Amino acid sequence: MRIRGLILISVAVLAAGCASIEPWVKPYDRENLADPIMSFSRAPISQDFLDHVFESREGSRGATGGGGGGCGCN
Amino acid sequence: MKSVHTRLALFVITCFAGAVHAGVLPEDRADVLYFRYDGGGVTIDGPSVLVRKSIGEHVSVAANYYIDMVSSASVDVETSASPYEDERTQSSLSLDFLHGKSTYSIGAVKSDESDYLANTVFAAISHDMFGDLTTISFSFKKGENEVFRNVKIDGVKMNDPNFAETMEMKSYSVSLSQIVTKNLIMSGQYEVITDEGFLRSPYRSVRFFIDPFTQGQQSEIYPNTRSSNAVSVRAKYFLPYRAAVDTMYRFYTDTWGVIGHTAELGYVHPMPDNKWIFEGRVRYYTQTDPADFYQDIFPRADYANFMARDKELATYDAVTAGITATYEFKIERFPWLSKGSLNFRYDYMQVNYDDFRDARYSLGSFGELPEEPLQPGTEPLYKLDANILQFFISAYF
Repeated sequence: MRIRGLILISVAVLAAGCASIEPWVKPYDRENLADPIMSFSRAPISQDFLDHVFESREGSRGATGGGGGGCGCN
Repeated sequence: MKSVHTRLALFVITCFAGAVHAGVLPEDRADVLYFRYDGGGVTIDGPSVLVRKSIGEHVSVAANYYIDMVSSASVDVETSASPYEDERTQSSLSLDFLHGKSTYSIGAVKSDESDYLANTVFAAISHDMFGDLTTISFSFKKGENEVFRNVKIDGVKMNDPNFAETMEMKSYSVSLSQIVTKNLIMSGQYEVITDEGFLRSPYRSVRFFIDPFTQGQQSEIYPNTRSSNAVSVRAKYFLPYRAAVDTMYRFYTDTWGVIGHTAELGYVHPMPDNKWIFEGRVRYYTQTDPADFYQDIFPRADYANFMARDKELATYDAVTAGITATYEFKIERFPWLSKGSLNFRYDYMQVNYDDFRDARYSLGSFGELPEEPLQPGTEPLYKLDANILQFFISAYF
């Protein structure tokens, strides 16, 4: 029960913390991030081919994506 | 050998999924690419076409069609088979649904060649949080593949009627993208991939000592499962004079014992005329630990339960350096075309193996022995140089 209580308190604190997070980079401050040169992959079709070249010659695989964007600039 | 084609399917998926920015649909565009890889006795070239179009305000559709034409006389092929030519076609379709701050994606990839059929489906979700500073994404992929073996019967190339295998792949990925400052964005990704089934090449052999001066060959023997973990971080920074620098690091490990590190550094420089963009990129890959069951030459036949001589599973370093030139334009007569670009990219790749020897010095090439064969295990270490060319046209609507 004590552990469950601690978990509940932790979740509540974290949730409260999340709710209070103010975006420290305002939408009007994201001009540079919205520039097309800031895209992790400016040309997906080209990057796709090159990733294939690497992966077919290497033992490693996975975790090559940009992980989406967080800009929300448009 | 053919598992690389499953991987290509994975990359197409990554490409589609990577294009997702939660809360914002990807822009409409069309790309036509011609590529050519030439190195290590292997030439691969072909076209690829990618089209992405929005339907209304909440749906975006992407389709890709890709053809690989392979002409191979690689060092593996030279020492154990005949040169071959093959063609692979791949088509894929994906849908993105935008709902509030979330984007849901589904898609499928189909790859078809004479000795390998691959079908992959995937689903992903991305969500923007904290004033759109943070995007978190989850994705799942599943692939079902059929493996065949080409043989020549009466001079006609066909599938071996006595050989048909299957392989299943699953992938789970979570990624986080974070705006750190008004000039810096970072992202991280963790991906687990599991394979089960027939995982080796039906063609490749291992070699072993019969005595110190004589060697023999036998088929590879692989485990029928493999699980891998890969974690990567990347960052991109906007420089004060409108240019960008980016960097990436990835750590990889799997249940076969392979450990790899990847690092990349890039620089993007638009010219003041807003027409030309130049990009330079250097990538370093080091595979510090080979697969537990890899050896260049085994002490004897049937030495272990699992035996591999795929140089992909060896110990080596690779450096790739490339440049891209992009020319952007607009055509007044086509107001529906918001922007177009012509792009040329060249990369040079060099791979140096630490424990994979050039067996042509002892086994010869395509059945012909060298004039003075070297003692097995004393051949020079193998090196590979490759030139990679890409030319592509992009149109934005």
